[in-house]
Amino acid sequence: MLSQLGSFLLTVALVVAVYGIAAPVIGMRWRRWELVASTYHAVIWMFGLVTAAALLLVAALITYDFSIAYVARNTLRGTPLYYRVTALWGSLEGSLLLWQWLLSLFSLAVVLAYRRKLRHIMPYVVAVLMTVSAFFLYIMVVPASPFRPQFPVPPDGRGLNPLLLTTSMIFHPVFLYLGFVGFTIPFAFAMGALITGRLGEEWILAARRWTVTAWYFLTVGVLIGGWWAYTTLGWGGYWAWDPVENASFMPWLLGTAFLHSVMLQEHRKMLKTWNLTLIIMTFAMTMFGTFLTRSGILSSVHAFSNSSLGSYFLIFIGLLLLFALSALVYRMDDLRGQAELDSMLSRETTFLANNVILVVIACTVFLGTIFPVIAEAVQGVKVSVGAPFFNRVSVPLAYALLVLMGIGPLIAWRRASWDHLKRNFTYPVLAAGIMVGLTLLWTRNPYALISSATCTFVTGTIVFEFYKGVYARRKLTPGTSVPRALWTLFARNRRRYGGFVVHFGIVLIILGITASSNFAVEQEVTVNRGESVRVGDYDLRYVGMRAQDEVYREVVWTDFTVLRGGREVTKLSPGKSFHPNEQQPIAQVGIRSTPWEDLYLVLGSVEPDGSSATLKIMVNPLVMWIWLGGLTITLGALITMIPTRRRGMVSMPRAAARAQESILS
Amino acid sequence: MKRFLIPLAILPLLALFAFGLTRDPRSIPSPLVGREAPVFSLRLFDGEVFSLAAHRGDVVVLNFWSSWCIPACYNEAPALEATWQRYRARGVVLLGVNYQDREAAARDFLAKFQHTFPNGPDVGSKVAIDFGVYGVPETFFIDREGRIAHKHVGEVTVEVLVQHIERLLNGSERRS
Amino acid sequence: MIGKGSTYNVRRTTCDVRRATFNVQTSEFDGRHSLCRARGTTWYRACSAFSLVLCFLPLVLYAAESNLDEDVRLIAAQLRCPVCQNLSVGDSPSELAREMRALIREQLEQGKTPAQVFDYFVARYGEWVLLAPPKRGLNLIIWLLPVVLIPAGLVMAYLGARRWVHRGAAVTPAPAADPQYAARLQRELDTYE
Repeated sequence: MLSQLGSFLLTVALVVAVYGIAAPVIGMRWRRWELVASTYHAVIWMFGLVTAAALLLVAALITYDFSIAYVARNTLRGTPLYYRVTALWGSLEGSLLLWQWLLSLFSLAVVLAYRRKLRHIMPYVVAVLMTVSAFFLYIMVVPASPFRPQFPVPPDGRGLNPLLLTTSMIFHPVFLYLGFVGFTIPFAFAMGALITGRLGEEWILAARRWTVTAWYFLTVGVLIGGWWAYTTLGWGGYWAWDPVENASFMPWLLGTAFLHSVMLQEHRKMLKTWNLTLIIMTFAMTMFGTFLTRSGILSSVHAFSNSSLGSYFLIFIGLLLLFALSALVYRMDDLRGQAELDSMLSRETTFLANNVILVVIACTVFLGTIFPVIAEAVQGVKVSVGAPFFNRVSVPLAYALLVLMGIGPLIAWRRASWDHLKRNFTYPVLAAGIMVGLTLLWTRNPYALISSATCTFVTGTIVFEFYKGVYARRKLTPGTSVPRALWTLFARNRRRYGGFVVHFGIVLIILGITASSNFAVEQEVTVNRGESVRVGDYDLRYVGMRAQDEVYREVVWTDFTVLRGGREVTKLSPGKSFHPNEQQPIAQVGIRSTPWEDLYLVLGSVEPDGSSATLKIMVNPLVMWIWLGGLTITLGALITMIPTRRRGMVSMPRAAARAQESILS
Repeated sequence: MKRFLIPLAILPLLALFAFGLTRDPRSIPSPLVGREAPVFSLRLFDGEVFSLAAHRGDVVVLNFWSSWCIPACYNEAPALEATWQRYRARGVVLLGVNYQDREAAARDFLAKFQHTFPNGPDVGSKVAIDFGVYGVPETFFIDREGRIAHKHVGEVTVEVLVQHIERLLNGSERRS
Repeated sequence: MIGKGSTYNVRRTTCDVRRATFNVQTSEFDGRHSLCRARGTTWYRACSAFSLVLCFLPLVLYAAESNLDEDVRLIAAQLRCPVCQNLSVGDSPSELAREMRALIREQLEQGKTPAQVFDYFVARYGEWVLLAPPKRGLNLIIWLLPVVLIPAGLVMAYLGARRWVHRGAAVTPAPAADPQYAARLQRELDTYE
């Protein structure tokens, strides 16, 4: 019953989506305004229908309704409630439903926000959003229905993939999909602009806030993915350049490039064609990511089970790309910019360099990811392209990007004078030099040295900027305290200073990655009960083994007391969990995190009586900085996303305030 | 109008992915097929020693298995035993190599299926690595000259076993 | 199960330092601007030179430690664990990876070169077992792509920017300003910069 109802809801939603494609197009073409108006109602209807379907599936998951195949595959009696809810995105069909729900939510938000403001392009924006929705709904209705019935109804389910029974997996897919779906909105605006020929600033300004939001969610989604790999997969790292990891990284790279070049178009009306190409490619990459995960074309730890959905995705992406690129080519003449520049040394060229590097990294990662397919097609051999390749090509480019990140915000638009550069960059460069000298006293690792140089440089520019801002503010209104001055800086120029905070978050992440990649210590030991082993500064005493029987799994824990300098610091219990329907046990990693380093224990094997245990012990420095960097980015992004209110500018007329804002940022 | 050909630049990429959809990324062809099988000696569970070099001139079937490989190794075990009974008189040698397993579990497995052909544990996975094994079960067919004629990945059935054994016994050493 | 475990020391990422190509942007800017200003130029030049040297110092100073654990680690990081998804033999927690590491160590102790160790595994598993495809034949595409794309992209960006600059110069320049006013403006700008 539930399964038929669910399928019915999705089918009706599909019909509504198709209507949502046809109605605005016909309405705009033949000037039937009532059709256009009804499109917006269609969006509301679709949101309602998809929400109902999603709630239905969640209800089925919570109540163990094993008559639905999806529930039978992803839950097991005894699974905790929150894992039953998150089983909604635990496997293929449910993840499609989550994607579609987010898409209909965003479509609704876009319609509510813009239907009166951008009357000319909104119908086409909705048509594009409905096209993507129609595709996902079609897949959920025909080949991969989340509501497929299971007959005969089994007494118990198979259970969610145990790798997904973690806190990180509660958030990772949601954030990631928010990012992916978020980039569909600027794409829809771009297509709306291309279709109607209204290639002015309106589509960019509307798309900008969505871009920042989508970028933020994608960044955090990728970081949480790294956190999941680190805490759950148990190999001690957080990024393996796995094809599906790359599939989420490439849209991030292109999205970051787009975020910056959008500023160029906003301030200086430049790069219109490039921006349109970039957003089309970003969106294409997000769809390509879902294609990779669901087609089985490349083997990956993340891939959903092999499905035949690959061909559907391929056809859809192909058609959409062809349409988008043709529209772009059609409008190419109208997109010729009138940009002017006074000097090669300016923020514009820095942004250009930033875009070039980001796009080159994206192209390289893309080619490396699909190269196994190319090699097989051309030569019939299987090759692997893994971490050594990707690290070799992306690390130098990442450093170049870091330097640009330091230079960009401080260099002037249009023309930067030599004096100006000297004033702005002398201290940060000096600081970088000093830091490298200090680092040299301690290590000769080239990555550590370059990281300390570039990161100090960037931090120096950020600190210097804040210093100048606070100084100017205090000069302007004497008697302002430093905190108040800082607050006013943020309040009056959220985008600029929020951007600085985001950049600083990136610096933290780079430092964390450098330290944990280059200075990790690893040891594989076998230890007897009661004995201790020493790794780094820590003494680990093996206390004993205990077994834990839960309804949905059995776990074997080995308890260790961790001592440092003779004093007990914590207790860690790495273990292995055995799940009824899985061949291999899942490692339960024991981690002790401090801002300085992580103590990381993975149990290899343990004697049945617990007399001795073999484990891998790692000490990973500065890993927490990566997650702290993510939090910093969150703070910075939130600051930039808060809309600027006029209340603080009592005496300044609106136009002047806006002008000041655009000059300063 | 010629610029409308620009979007068509993505077609080769789409064709490539369409091709990719027809391939299985997990099946890796072995470079050892057609080459001489690495010689090894294996101490068996019953204490004897099996040397591959000593069986030059015989058709040898090498099967890698383990007790934790559910369900494939369990499914193919009766097929192996049946084929052994059928061909042992004709001089075909069947050897089971126990891969990354515990002795107790392995012996239980052998007792369960009452294997009468030689089986031995692969200590340190030396033999497995020598044969480029990346999962269980895998079965290798070695001809009379000591060359690997065929590698079968995954569960093996009586039909497959018979097909390859017959071909090697009849002397037509077609590599596949 | 009693015995010594093997000790891995400092773990490095795979890096071929001899051929490292770093693309660090230096403090040297576009030389077209006249450097013939009164004070500060020498100071600035000195700082730029100092920082430039420091930036390239890592290339000069870095000396690879040669000890067995390190070599095993380096080789294991470039081999793909056959039973895992995209993990290196060095990273993988699986049993097979552990045994492969032991085998690598054994071979190095016997005096084999890294190239011979790689050949050993490639002979058994195929080129697929190498985590980075060897630099020959078709594989050169992915190795050369960034080397080709970066200069190409920067050149295109440069040409585009230059077009903008010419367009900017062609536009009528700002009208001549009253020198006194200009000086006052400059002073105020300097204060609030």
